[in-house]
Amino acid sequence: MSYSERIKEVIDGSDVAIFMKGTPAFVMCGNSGRALEALRRAGASVTAVDVLPDPAIRQELSAISGWPTIPQVFVKGELVGGADIVEELEASGELEQTLRERLGDGYAGSRDETTVVLA
Amino acid sequence: MSTQPLRQLLESAFPDATELDVIDRTGGGDHFQVVVTSPSLVGLSLVEQHRRVYEALSAPLADGTIHELRIKTKGAT
Repeated sequence: MSYSERIKEVIDGSDVAIFMKGTPAFVMCGNSGRALEALRRAGASVTAVDVLPDPAIRQELSAISGWPTIPQVFVKGELVGGADIVEELEASGELEQTLRERLGDGYAGSRDETTVVLA
Repeated sequence: MSTQPLRQLLESAFPDATELDVIDRTGGGDHFQVVVTSPSLVGLSLVEQHRRVYEALSAPLADGTIHELRIKTKGAT
């Protein structure tokens, strides 16, 4: 499968997907860390994809999302934004509200983090 | 790059902005924070608002002049 197909599979198949530099266990960029931390504080389980192993991952992701920068956060297949937006939504309470609306009230029940490696 | 070319790009994309600022966050000319408040952003989601900023700055984003960009947008009323 091409990167594009696998990227779409992660976006569409995950409650919350984050495309980031590094992994949740080893964050390689401050902005990716900012978005991830906001999601953690909101209690979201995340599926994380590291874009660093191959520049083509990032290129194909941006072609799909129309968003030029990393990180990119998706909830139920829809782009929520990058680090600035995710932090802003967290501050206003809208992040938790969006998660609850799209994933149901029990979304924060059992937090876990899955790392998907595309290579 | 200095903040001036970025400011010009944003000014032409948001001629009616009530607030427009470009800050060089590190002094190194590649980590920037931009602030745009404009009536043209009213009614748009944050994703759409940021997209407008990305469009305005597409050239310096594509050629790598901007290494990191923080964006703060608001729809002015």
